[in-house]
Amino acid sequence: MNAITRRGFASGLLLSFAFAPALAQQTTPVAPRRLPGSLNTNRRLDAWLHIGADGRVTVCTGKVEIGQGAVTALMQIAAEELDILPGRITMVSGDTALTPDEGVTSGSQSMEMGGTALRFAAAEARAILLEKAAARLGAPAAHLRVQDGMVSAPNGNGVSYWALAEAGLLRREATASVRPKPPAEHTIVGQPLPRLDIPAKVTGQAIYVQDMRLPGMLFGRVVRPPSYAAQLLGVDLDSVRKLPGVVAVVRDGRFLGVVAQREEQAVKARLALAAAARWSLPSALPVQADLHAHLKTLKHDTTTSSEKQAEAAPVAQRLQASFTKHYLAHASIGPSCAVAQYAADSASLHVWSHTQGVFPLRGDMAKVLGLPLDKLRVTHVQGSGCYGHNGADDVALDAALLARAVPGKPVKLQWMRDDEFTWEPYNPAMVMEVSAGLSAEGRIVDWQYDVFSQGHNNRPGNPARGINLMPAWHLEQPHTPPYPRATPQPAGAGDRNAVPLYDFPNQKVLHHLIPEMVLRTSALRTLGAYGNVFAIESFMDELAEAAGQDPVAFRLEHLRDPRGRAVVEAAARLANWQPGTRGDGSHGRGFGFAKYKGLSCYVACVVDIEVDRATGGIRVARAFAAADAGQVINPDGLRNQIDGGIVQAISWTLKEAVRFTPERVTSQDWDSYPILTFPEVPQVQTVLLNQPDQPPLGSGEASQGPAGAAIANALKHATGLRLRALPYTPDRVKAALERS
Amino acid sequence: MAAITLTVNGSSRQVEAEADTPLLYVLRNDLELNGPRFGCGLGQCGSCTVLVEGQPTRSCITEVGAVAGRSITTLEGLGTPDRLHALQRAFIAEQAAQCGYCANGMIMAAKALLDSHPEPSEPEIRDALASYLCRCGTHNRIVAAVQRAVREG
Repeated sequence: MNAITRRGFASGLLLSFAFAPALAQQTTPVAPRRLPGSLNTNRRLDAWLHIGADGRVTVCTGKVEIGQGAVTALMQIAAEELDILPGRITMVSGDTALTPDEGVTSGSQSMEMGGTALRFAAAEARAILLEKAAARLGAPAAHLRVQDGMVSAPNGNGVSYWALAEAGLLRREATASVRPKPPAEHTIVGQPLPRLDIPAKVTGQAIYVQDMRLPGMLFGRVVRPPSYAAQLLGVDLDSVRKLPGVVAVVRDGRFLGVVAQREEQAVKARLALAAAARWSLPSALPVQADLHAHLKTLKHDTTTSSEKQAEAAPVAQRLQASFTKHYLAHASIGPSCAVAQYAADSASLHVWSHTQGVFPLRGDMAKVLGLPLDKLRVTHVQGSGCYGHNGADDVALDAALLARAVPGKPVKLQWMRDDEFTWEPYNPAMVMEVSAGLSAEGRIVDWQYDVFSQGHNNRPGNPARGINLMPAWHLEQPHTPPYPRATPQPAGAGDRNAVPLYDFPNQKVLHHLIPEMVLRTSALRTLGAYGNVFAIESFMDELAEAAGQDPVAFRLEHLRDPRGRAVVEAAARLANWQPGTRGDGSHGRGFGFAKYKGLSCYVACVVDIEVDRATGGIRVARAFAAADAGQVINPDGLRNQIDGGIVQAISWTLKEAVRFTPERVTSQDWDSYPILTFPEVPQVQTVLLNQPDQPPLGSGEASQGPAGAAIANALKHATGLRLRALPYTPDRVKAALERS
Repeated sequence: MAAITLTVNGSSRQVEAEADTPLLYVLRNDLELNGPRFGCGLGQCGSCTVLVEGQPTRSCITEVGAVAGRSITTLEGLGTPDRLHALQRAFIAEQAAQCGYCANGMIMAAKALLDSHPEPSEPEIRDALASYLCRCGTHNRIVAAVQRAVREG
């Protein structure tokens, strides 16, 4: 993969086989049979696979590598079904000119959608090759064996895939009629295959979009307004144009940027341009201390996420509580970056981006730039971890707006640290209100839940309804974002995981979507699930205490789902959970559980914490987790995701909140938005419950909710303090301990 | 612009740049090295770390003029894909990366640590990496990789 990535940098990626995804869609019948995964929307076999006469196999995927190993796992799936060694495969991912359109790489869907499609496509390709081999070898296909692409008949005669490969072999519509291998026969899937991209990343090979160097490349930087509402009162562009190395200074409305010969010249010109601009700075944001009360006063669109009624024992005791969380930043270590190059005649544009969705980005960008879709190519190149919708898409438009001023020249633009922190779309602040009734026997018989949140999914991809690229909002002819809409259950968005997996006879869950953009928001790992699981699992502990029961036993009392029960029991066993233990004022342990989205990976988590009552500081000493992600494709990759999610959630829970004043966002760097550091990271012990006969489930977002909730419950266990407002920073914990 | 001579990964290199240019940009853009990465430009995150005379140094806030003539080592100077340094080998063996953007700083900081403390304890490794930020939550694998490098040298 590295080789092809580097070749792509130098010459523009050229593959030697015919490929026409748009044509494939046009020839699709009106009501085609539903095909598995992303095969349904990309129905040609040659959109996915190419068997080369040279012994190489090219696998095309619309999913992209965002640092979680997805492309390696997809390669394992293709190698498995084709019966070839993974080393024969070249992966091509995320290119509007080359790969299937699989939308966005998000929502832990790469295995479920992209993996399923590749599995069926590769199984069918193998069958096509075996059919040809059978004719060549004079033996029934069922009697043939394949080893690394060499097909052999019982009489010892053989022929390789590479000898059978011919142009047009896979130029046909997929039927998904060939059953993939049963899991018991897997030899590559299920193995901890090393990631394709790690050697390059630890030796300084060119692998990120930040590493691209094109002939004649210039460097861009943008100057943002000081706040969302700030208006440009005046700017002296000429003073900046005179600076050393400056090639272009761009102003379009309140969009400002510079292009320079050298990167440090662009950085200096950016500072000069910022100093040369005069802005209004109105007080347009709420007071942060009043944020959650303010959110509830805003207009909201209410949908019912779940409602059920049944006969049940009367309510003997009712509890209610309100939980809150603040805005969280993606806080990628590397600020977002893109390279854009207009053709010399300005008629077409090529953009290299670490976007999670090359096709959706192309749609929004084409509309803003007034280019036909076929004149805009977006190629994915890896970037720093994004964890959702960070600045990746915005910076691609920034780069294009600057490249437009220098036709024929590539422009590389990496945001500065404060661009990323102050302009990325945050995970929304949320309010979760819950009320539940316990029967005299201590069972939950009624559950009422309301979640208030801004939109969690404001990605590009709906150009007909509006443009979700921030720079477009600042242009002289501004675009506006689409009106946010709720994502339907069961996945949900603000109400993701708002519907508990537990069995309550009566429940009502309402989602109140706040359309106003107080701070800009969009998708961060888990969307609303982290906040909702924090609230639900905190409240389950409160109810367990009111019912006089152990938290784990109380959960099992209300949980019928057998895989959920197994995960809860496995985590309790792993951590040697002992009912009835008491915290000593500073040490405690807590439990948290969820099935991500209500339809994906199950995770239960136990954490042990230490609280410094003098400072309010919390240290997570150890974490334990049990996970069921269905069939395990790559156990090492799965562990990396589960463990990494727990560490990230500890950081969210103990440290993180985007800071702002009524004028502006003030989290601008790592001092004003601190994250968890090495000495604060606990050891994590994880057990995987493999389900070889179940579909593989995404795991990148499954452990955050349970880990956050487990910390909340551990704090209560340790100190008796039930803290319902995130984050648990020392000052807030100390103040709450003093109040309690 | 001035001609500045640098010693990078054992070779003498001449570049044309203003003396106040951050070393990071010279390494990345003039010398086409990818190891040191721009993370914050503020010396806070550690992604841009190189060794100057063996000392871990944030190249994003180090002026190139200040290191003229001094010995600079980047990630590329430790080893190549064909001849990996023990730390690089250990990072691969432990699969100690998700996005990998921070890996440069982790490996360079670990190199400096092991050069001065060949057998650090786990808390010493965590303390040495305390000012190097990772967002993917890969910390424990990074610590394990440093421990493996100590073991396997």
